[in-house]
Amino acid sequence: MKFLAILLTGILTNNYILAKFLGICPFLGVSKKLNTAAGMSAAVIFVMVLATAVTYPINVLLVKNDMAYLQTIVFILIIAALVQLVEIILKKYLVSLYNALGIYLPLITTNCAVLGVVLLNIDEGYNFVQSIVSSLGAGLGFMVAMVMFAGVRERLEGCNIPKSLEGLPITLISASLVSMSFLGFTGLVEGMFG
Amino acid sequence: MAEKKSIVKEFTKGIVKENPVLRLVLGTCPTLAVTTSMESAIGMGLAASAVLVCSNIVISAMRKIIPQKVRIPAYIVIIAGFVSIVQMLVKAFLPQIDEMLGVYLPLIVVNCIILGRAEAYAGKNPVLLSAVDGLGMGIGFTCALLLMSGIRELLGAGTLYGFQVLPETIPPMTIFILAPGGFFVFGILIALANALAERSGKSKAQLKGCSACPMAATCSLTGSENACKEEEK
Repeated sequence: MKFLAILLTGILTNNYILAKFLGICPFLGVSKKLNTAAGMSAAVIFVMVLATAVTYPINVLLVKNDMAYLQTIVFILIIAALVQLVEIILKKYLVSLYNALGIYLPLITTNCAVLGVVLLNIDEGYNFVQSIVSSLGAGLGFMVAMVMFAGVRERLEGCNIPKSLEGLPITLISASLVSMSFLGFTGLVEGMFG
Repeated sequence: MAEKKSIVKEFTKGIVKENPVLRLVLGTCPTLAVTTSMESAIGMGLAASAVLVCSNIVISAMRKIIPQKVRIPAYIVIIAGFVSIVQMLVKAFLPQIDEMLGVYLPLIVVNCIILGRAEAYAGKNPVLLSAVDGLGMGIGFTCALLLMSGIRELLGAGTLYGFQVLPETIPPMTIFILAPGGFFVFGILIALANALAERSGKSKAQLKGCSACPMAATCSLTGSENACKEEEK
C-alpha cells in the first residue's frame, strides 16, 4: 500500500510541475501539441527512473565515504552522461524507440525535474524500490500535467484573447487554473491510506 | 572611455532591458517556487547571483582552454562546483534559509539563467565584462523575485518580509502563496512587462522554444525534424 501511496502522491497531490514547479521549461515550451507533449514526457519518465536506479547505489557509496556534499555535482554529471549514453544505445540498437524519444533526450539533461526527483528521493529517505516507485510517480505526474495542458493549449489557439495577455501570459494563467484544479487532490492520499 | 561605457551598459542591461525573468523568461522554476515569501526570494536571489558571478568569471577565464566540443559539460561542472560551495555556506551560516529553499538550492545547477549566460556571454567575452554581466543579471533576477514575492506575500499572507502590513481584519487570500497563485502572478507580471516594453517600441517577451534554451547549440534537435521548430510555428 505504501508504494501506491507514493505513486499517487507523485501523480496527484505533489505533482512535480503543478505543485513543485519542477520542469516548467518543457511544460511551457513543448506543450503546444499533444504528440510532442506525450513524447517528451515518455522520455522524461524513462530518464527519471533510470537516473534514480543509477544514482541510488552511488549515493550509498558517497554517504559511506562521508562525501555526501558531492551529491549535487556527482548527480548532475551522472544524469548528463546517462542521457548521452541512452541516446547512443537507443540510436544503435532500438531505432524505433530512438525515433520516438531520441529527439527529446538532449533537452532532459538540464531539466530540473530529473535532478529534483533524485535529490528529493534522498531527502525523503526512501529505499531503492520506494525511490524507483517515487520516480515513476513523478514521471507519470509530469506526463499527466503535460498532456492535460497540451489539451488546454490546443483549445486556447482559437480563442479570442485580450491583446495584452496574448502568448505567454495567457499560457501562465491557464497553467494557474490547471494547477488550481490539482489543489482539489490535497489530502486525498492521506485520506486513503492515512 | 569606450570600455567604461560598455561596462555600465553590460551591468544595467540585465536589470531592466534584458531582465532574465521578465524579458528573457529564463529560470522560471525557481521564480515560481521560492517566491512564496520575500525572505526565501532574497535567499534564492543572492545564492543564484553568487553562483552566476563566480561561474561567469571562471568560465570566461577558461574560455580559451575549454575545447569547443565539451564546453557544455565543462560549464556544468564549474557551475555545480560553485553551487556546492554556496550550498555548504548557506547550510553552515543560514540554516533557516537552507530549510526554506530546500531542494531548490542544489537545483541552482540547472537554473537556465546561469548556463544560458555561460553559453551566450561568458564563453565569448573577457573576464571583467563577464563578471559585470553576471552581476547585472543576478541583480535583475533578484529584483524580479523580490517583486513577485512581494505581491504574493502581501496578497497571500498580508505580510511583507514577515511584517504584518495589511490589517488583520482583512483575511489573506491564501491561494496566492499556493501553486496556482505563482502561475497567475507570473502571468500578470509578464503581461505588464510586455505592455511596458511595447510602449517603448520593443518586442514582447516570448518563450522562444529552443533559442532560449542553453542547450540549443549542442542539441541534435536543430536538424530538419526539429520538435522545437515545430513548436515555433
